[in-house]
Amino acid sequence: MFQIQRTNTPADVVVIGSGAGGGTVVKVLTDLGINVTLLEAGPMLNPYKDFKEHTLPYQVDHRGSGEQAQSYFGQQQWGYFAAPNGYWDIPGEPYSVSPDSEFSWFRSRIMGGRTNHYGRISLRFSDYDFKSYSFDGLGTDWPVDYAEMSPWYDKAEEFIGITGTREGLRTAPDGVFLPPIPPRVHETVIQKAAAKLGIPVIPSRMAMLTKSVHGRAACHYCGQCGRGCKTASAFSSSQAMIFPAMKTGRLTVITNAMARELIVDKSGVVTAVSYVDKNTRTEQQIRCKRVVVAASACESARLLLNSKSALFPNGLANGSGMVGRNLTDSTGYSLAGHIPAFENMPRHNSDGIGGMHLYIPWWELDKKNKDFPRGYHVELGGGFGMPGVGSFHGAGNKYEGYGQGLKNTIRQNYGATVELSGRGEMIPNQHSYCEIDSTQVDRFGIPTLRFHFRWSEHEIQQAKHMHNTFTNIIEAMGGKVTGIAHPEREAKGVSVGGTIIHEAGTVRMGDDPKTSVLDRWCRAHEVKNLYVADAAPFLGNPDKNVTLTIVALAWRTAEHLAADMKKGDA
Amino acid sequence: MSDNPTRRDLLIAFTATGLLTPALAQHVHEAVTEAKSLDPGADYKPKGLTDHEYQTMRKLAELIVPGATDSGAAEFIDFLSSRNDKMAQIYTGGLAWMDQEAKHRYGSDWLSAKEANQTALLDLIAYRKNDSPEIRPGIRFFAWARNMVLDAYYTSPIGMKEIGFMGNQVLSSFSVPDEALQYALKRSPFANS
Repeated sequence: MFQIQRTNTPADVVVIGSGAGGGTVVKVLTDLGINVTLLEAGPMLNPYKDFKEHTLPYQVDHRGSGEQAQSYFGQQQWGYFAAPNGYWDIPGEPYSVSPDSEFSWFRSRIMGGRTNHYGRISLRFSDYDFKSYSFDGLGTDWPVDYAEMSPWYDKAEEFIGITGTREGLRTAPDGVFLPPIPPRVHETVIQKAAAKLGIPVIPSRMAMLTKSVHGRAACHYCGQCGRGCKTASAFSSSQAMIFPAMKTGRLTVITNAMARELIVDKSGVVTAVSYVDKNTRTEQQIRCKRVVVAASACESARLLLNSKSALFPNGLANGSGMVGRNLTDSTGYSLAGHIPAFENMPRHNSDGIGGMHLYIPWWELDKKNKDFPRGYHVELGGGFGMPGVGSFHGAGNKYEGYGQGLKNTIRQNYGATVELSGRGEMIPNQHSYCEIDSTQVDRFGIPTLRFHFRWSEHEIQQAKHMHNTFTNIIEAMGGKVTGIAHPEREAKGVSVGGTIIHEAGTVRMGDDPKTSVLDRWCRAHEVKNLYVADAAPFLGNPDKNVTLTIVALAWRTAEHLAADMKKGDA
Repeated sequence: MSDNPTRRDLLIAFTATGLLTPALAQHVHEAVTEAKSLDPGADYKPKGLTDHEYQTMRKLAELIVPGATDSGAAEFIDFLSSRNDKMAQIYTGGLAWMDQEAKHRYGSDWLSAKEANQTALLDLIAYRKNDSPEIRPGIRFFAWARNMVLDAYYTSPIGMKEIGFMGNQVLSSFSVPDEALQYALKRSPFANS
């Protein structure tokens, strides 16, 4: 028998998705005394069991290659020791890519989403990022500006805890910072080499606690942030936002709940969320007064597009036709180099916080006659990383042979590799979007997405600039470029779309309902009790990773929603 | 360098925040610095390989990376061969190829051959420049074996200690030893600027 389970009393607020955006909304609303129900498509997270933070490779028989040796055959989706955060391919949940496009879609199915694992680079967007059309005639201005966003960034930074220093750079606006962390050897040398080229290298802005904040312990510098942090010293929405909210008694959590459709009444307001309980594959409905969709840019678009009704034949709140459009990802390009000066360097613990201690903010904003608009930032890699499966395949294939000689060569070169990774802005274009693939449903019967994606000449030229810059820096260090550091995604000179995992733009905000889905508060123009709180509302995708702005914007959205509630949903 | 806090200090610090399990990371560093052997010795019963294949793999691993026996390289490869058919095929096939080749060249299987003959065959298959249709299967197999023995060795306590990995520890603060920084700076192009 097909029976739909419905709740009786409508929930005040249902939040769909528990990542950076959903976590923030949950935190802000429960702090304000509002009851929230959270739907997460994956299971609950138990950091103490699920995070393999301090495990050494030899503590498992397969050393991290996977129980069935997956990493040796290109079948490991994500490192064995990495925090459980999601997949490139989810069994039974396909998506398609148009024949003229390349796109890879990373999806999370776990409490906290990608924040359990993400790089935690935390950069404010600049004034010109919010007013990009006014700045250079490309893209679209946001309905908010930097001055309006700045206090929300303050709140986000103060709560999350971000390292950094005040630099006074327009391309890297200052924020509320915890103390920076000292640079590693390779970072100091890169800094000196880059200075010769007129390129600034400054302390990184990372969501790791160099001091204890809000009851979260200070970092213990094991460098394993990507594996998840048991002490929550590296930010995750699960540990820092959702678990504390659960303790308030105001949060109801429903896990393994895959949202299928938002159901509207005749007046065009959302009255319930239909979702699949994955454990039983039964449809459930939760009635609600308001819904905040925070399922990640493309899942949020998918949910709206799949919520069709007589009132909304093109998908919910999609009178503008903009749902799914303007899909962007960051550009990615990286070079590795061998630095002879680092050979046989005295050994030491170079872990620190996971990821870079210094970085390069964009430095050519004011340069005339560039080959491309906007810019990119550069992430620095190197040091004595923990050996893992695959760490020395490059050396084995390059030096060949065997025996003591090979061993000596590997010892000499350990820690002598640097990696420079560019992450740049993509200007939204009409060729990059997602839509419902009418030929396919997933294992829950939910229609799936089809992606279209194309870099424009702007991004291609930008990646060439990265190549030249990184080559110059490596050579200024006395080193030699050894090749693209991530050929699996960057062999064509710029990353495959989606692989940097910074999707944005698919449910855009704006003041004009004809050209945008959401208003300036990220509330749908056409549906007064529907909000979106992830990177879907973004009007651009600047060279500053999306998460901090997701949190700041979601915070603003949540407080506005709470104010509306107080006024009786004006 | 920073001082490591004691386990007790950490427990007190973390208990105050209510956020950490007692499973602290201190043991990690101790385990590495002990550099204990992962060689299970004569009692080991191979799971995916035959006894002969396993003994051959032990010898091959030790020649590829001296110390690999203690790093558990043969057991690592045996384990994965028991978990993945493709992996089993690579190793049972590759080791059999080496035996056949040794029989043709030296009149015995590879493991029974004199060490000079054992290495003479490796000297052929350890380099792409020696590629020919006759020894191509050996070259391909050796590339697999070399990569996986390197994996096993450098992810073991012995290999980590030998290469000098000192991380994945619990520290109260992070700093870089000046000795290392000066070493790198003196050898850099801008040493005198």
